Amino acid sequence: MLAKLADLDAEHAKAIGGGGVKYVQRHRDRGKLTVRERIELLIDPDSPFLELSALAGYGTGFPVGGSGVNGIGVVADTLVMISASDPTVRGGSTNPWSLRKSIRGMQIAIENRLPLINLVESGGADLPTQKEIFIPGGQIFRDLTRMSAADIPTIALVFGNSTAGGAYVPGMSDYVVMIDGRSKVFLAGPPLVKMATGEESDDESLGGASMHARQSGLADFLATDEHDALRLGRSIVARLNRAGLGGPADGAADRAPAEPAYDGEELLGIVPEDLKVPFDPREVIARITDGSDFDEFKPLYGASLVTGWAAVHGYPIGILANARGVLFSAESQKAAQFIQLANQVGVPLLFLQNTTGYMVGASYEQAGIIKHGAMMINAVANSQVPHLTIVMGASYGAGNYGMCGRAYDPRFLFTWPSAKSAVMGPAQLAGVLSIVGRQSAVARGEPYDEDADVAMRALVEEQIESESDAFFLSGRLYDDGVIDPRDTRSVLGLCLTVIANGGGAQTAAASRPAGASRFGIFRM
Amino acid sequence: MPLISRLLVANRGEIARRIFHTCRQAGIGTVAVYSDPDAASPHVAEADLAIRLPGAASADTYLNGQAIVAAALAAGADAVHPGYGFLSEDHRFARQVQNADLVWVGPPREAMQAMALKIEARKMAIAAGVPVLPELDPASVTTFPVLVKASAGGGGRGMRAVHSAAELAEAVESARREAQAAFGDDTIYCEPLLAYARHIEVQVIADQYGTVWTLTERDCSVQRRFAKVIEETPSPVVGPQLRERLMAAAEALTRSVGYVSAGTVEFLLGNTGEFYFLEFNTRLQVEHPVTECVHELDLVALQIGIAEGQPLPPVPPEAAGHAIEARLYAEDPTEGFRPSAGPVYAFAVPAVDTTFGLASHTGATLRVDAGVVPGTVVPPYYDAMLAKVIAWGPTRPEAARRLTAALADATIAGPATNRDLLVSVLRGAEFTDGQANTALLATYDYASLVPDDRVIGLSAAAATAAIATANRQQAKVAAAVPGGWRNVPSQPQRTSFAGPRGQLDVSYQWSRAGIAILEAGGVLATVVVAGTDELLVEAAGVGYWFRVTRAGTRLWVGSALGSVTLDLLDRLPAPEQAAEAGSLVAPMPGSVTKVAVSPGEAVTAGQVVLVLEAMKMEHQILAPVSGVLAELRVRQGTQVSAGEVLAIVASDPVASDPVASDPVASDTEGQERQ
Repeated sequence: MLAKLADLDAEHAKAIGGGGVKYVQRHRDRGKLTVRERIELLIDPDSPFLELSALAGYGTGFPVGGSGVNGIGVVADTLVMISASDPTVRGGSTNPWSLRKSIRGMQIAIENRLPLINLVESGGADLPTQKEIFIPGGQIFRDLTRMSAADIPTIALVFGNSTAGGAYVPGMSDYVVMIDGRSKVFLAGPPLVKMATGEESDDESLGGASMHARQSGLADFLATDEHDALRLGRSIVARLNRAGLGGPADGAADRAPAEPAYDGEELLGIVPEDLKVPFDPREVIARITDGSDFDEFKPLYGASLVTGWAAVHGYPIGILANARGVLFSAESQKAAQFIQLANQVGVPLLFLQNTTGYMVGASYEQAGIIKHGAMMINAVANSQVPHLTIVMGASYGAGNYGMCGRAYDPRFLFTWPSAKSAVMGPAQLAGVLSIVGRQSAVARGEPYDEDADVAMRALVEEQIESESDAFFLSGRLYDDGVIDPRDTRSVLGLCLTVIANGGGAQTAAASRPAGASRFGIFRM
Repeated sequence: MPLISRLLVANRGEIARRIFHTCRQAGIGTVAVYSDPDAASPHVAEADLAIRLPGAASADTYLNGQAIVAAALAAGADAVHPGYGFLSEDHRFARQVQNADLVWVGPPREAMQAMALKIEARKMAIAAGVPVLPELDPASVTTFPVLVKASAGGGGRGMRAVHSAAELAEAVESARREAQAAFGDDTIYCEPLLAYARHIEVQVIADQYGTVWTLTERDCSVQRRFAKVIEETPSPVVGPQLRERLMAAAEALTRSVGYVSAGTVEFLLGNTGEFYFLEFNTRLQVEHPVTECVHELDLVALQIGIAEGQPLPPVPPEAAGHAIEARLYAEDPTEGFRPSAGPVYAFAVPAVDTTFGLASHTGATLRVDAGVVPGTVVPPYYDAMLAKVIAWGPTRPEAARRLTAALADATIAGPATNRDLLVSVLRGAEFTDGQANTALLATYDYASLVPDDRVIGLSAAAATAAIATANRQQAKVAAAVPGGWRNVPSQPQRTSFAGPRGQLDVSYQWSRAGIAILEAGGVLATVVVAGTDELLVEAAGVGYWFRVTRAGTRLWVGSALGSVTLDLLDRLPAPEQAAEAGSLVAPMPGSVTKVAVSPGEAVTAGQVVLVLEAMKMEHQILAPVSGVLAELRVRQGTQVSAGEVLAIVASDPVASDPVASDPVASDTEGQERQ
């Protein structure tokens, strides 16, 4: 695990490094702050910051990080989503992975009612890949105004260029801050204007901050420099009347919830790097829940899936955790019942994934494993309480679906560095291909090339292995980030605070989220 | 004569509290008077009755004898104690009190009057056989150095040291002006200036029946500009024979003026053992507690008893041990002793044995007579003394050790103080050797009082950890998440302070367990025990406990390394108003109907510069800052568009606080240092 964590640090370092030493230095020489320095100054001193999709673009040929930073922080005691372009990475231009990252950040902001602060400095779309950006990219502007319509404030702090389509980010935001002499916001620059109408113009008259603050009215605040822009951003948030939202009520007894009785550092030793070795998820639960408390539900039934109640940072949760990988009929039925119970009392659910999928074999098929798996997936899919998913280890087959994988819209999904997700394990997948190939050869009456089979299996195993990898999948935005297992409690606590901010996980029973009253027809 | 039943103290601060303490122990009712800025002072809170003296200036309040006598009558008091300073040596006030049939807790008016003028006092001393320095005529001085003195002076006011003939005329002139302003009497004379002299004084107390006590001499040689800072008894340089001569001289003068009540005869002691009469202070002295400590007696109680007509016992209690007093002033020795005012956020001296009372002679004891408590606002109008800290010990070194530790360990947050100077003097060789003379503070290395970079760095590290801890405790959301937590850490947290040696940047990191490593001004530190006000911070293997007091952005950090005051700098300061503020911009299109200021004219912030008419409404265009109208771009009738710059005001540097601007001029009126 330590080696995996070192790999993770190395990948994060690439994202932090932005466009590299040369471009970061050039940026600084212009008197500018780096994107992470801007964020550090924007958020409250000593407050936490949960960065999302930090590995966006990993394994795609584009730089790791998606040319920007997305994350949830606290500004003036208010939870906010911050979405910031990194101008040192190819001018902060948007590539297909940056776009997906931005859209995911906005989805989280909408689902959890987080005010959105855009720190804008972008050269616009990465033109060679515009075909993957232009048409879906319209969603950015659509969602900005939909957020505003849903009373979720949007703020744009414009640090530099925000031109052409990018001009609509400030254009669609509720509050706009521009920096004198720095911000440039126009639909078309001087050359394009000259081509279009013959008019001679300059940057400042077309889109300078001073012009927008005094003439066009696009800028609501004129900042003297970057620090001033950040100060104005903080003062805007302070007036949003949302301070403390998501936190415990004043004077609540759960303001300082009990720490787990077991040391979170030990999580590194509990999770084996070899996914074939099972581990008891209760060991994990004891290191992430308040006071290590866990009231297990139905402990004697369907023992491959652990279910029960606990709290993290004072927020109640129901937990479903794979114990021995395989999901049988009993586990599926137990899960469906437990999910309904959580919906009945309005408690969010946490899925701790370590599953090889639903059991296969004649006796299981005959006992209705499909029916029971469907029952569990039905319950997960129609559950209305917020879901959180942690992929601890294996996430194979339909187990990924039943345990609330990405397609099942958990509010947040994070992955541990050694986890793997795929339709099945690499060896199994290669073996299946081998058997199918052999059967095909036999059917054609041809001899089977055993040497080619060995080579094929190795190749397929290698490919599937790398494509099941946590970093690879994170790079494709199939999770919200790869986290150090020791950070799990903090991540979950912060996510539950964020959910509470949106009205979904209050500690006070009176304001609990509504559970589902209808599910699909359960095939009994 | 009947006993006193209710006593008014015509004073404020620690001496009012000191006298009330004795009254309470005697069962005497107490009446306070207070100026408007003192309404919330401890001396008001501790009195049975309190009477307002409207106004703030001393002349309207604590120097307003008529109002004070009226207050005493209104409160049903039967006696008045003047304390020290203010009206304590004003024989006209004593008469006002007595004319109102109130008991004057003090000496006879005649003795006060006789001793008030130094030239008169000198004559009486000569008549009583007490040695005095020759009086020189300012017009015919030839031998230098000399001291120019105001006849009516006291507390160093109207006093000038002159080292050459060239300086004399100017010194005499300025001493005259100061004496006239301060005492209404510009009589001036000169004395030879004794180099390396010590200030020795004898506490006397006499009853109405001829008993005169002369108590062990006090040594008040640590002075700054003739104002005492550290006093002790007995003097480290006075032996039994000299003591006998001093006592005899003091008693002779006391008897010759028919003195009754407590008073002090002050002498200058030359370095060859000769001594000269300086003046007779006809009141209680600030430094009376050291005498109380070694003789185990209550001078205020004796004053009251004598005023009631009670006799003194034939001889005073025997003296034992050694007592030292340090005066804690709200003034900054590293800034030319600039007086400092404002709220006292914390004031705590550790392990105090008694406040205002008598300490028993069992091991070293500590007494604190304070005029302030946490929350007191020190007004700028009066004497800047916050408290007196007094230690008694069986020997001088033991008393000094106790006093030094008490001062060094005291938590003081609020106005700047002279605490570090006191500690430095008490630890210095001149004092510990008993060699401190009146020249010590004139040549002191005040720059050495500024803490060194390492101490500032560690203090800033502690301050940073305290702020960070408080930030987490006050967080309204995500408070349970560890402080400064990042799943993708990219840089340390940063904070900056303005410190005694300039700006100081601190970077620090949080770990899952809490705030971890700090780097402050090149010093590496780790936080062992975090907190908002008490923290254990380790550097180079040694842990130091720090106490942090915070008010807004100012932090006072104390530890065994010393005390450091820091100002937290805003991470995102609002831009200087002057940066853009000079421009006057048209708020909307219109025409200029009036130009009220011409270029070059001075304007104050908020003053009307132009009037603009737009949409049938008049809009006043105001000066955004004070300064001079540097540029006027329009005339009456000019049509302007929105956003157009109409005029520019060049701002003036803001005039500094007049109270804090001049250390000499800031000597507070009325209550000179005693």
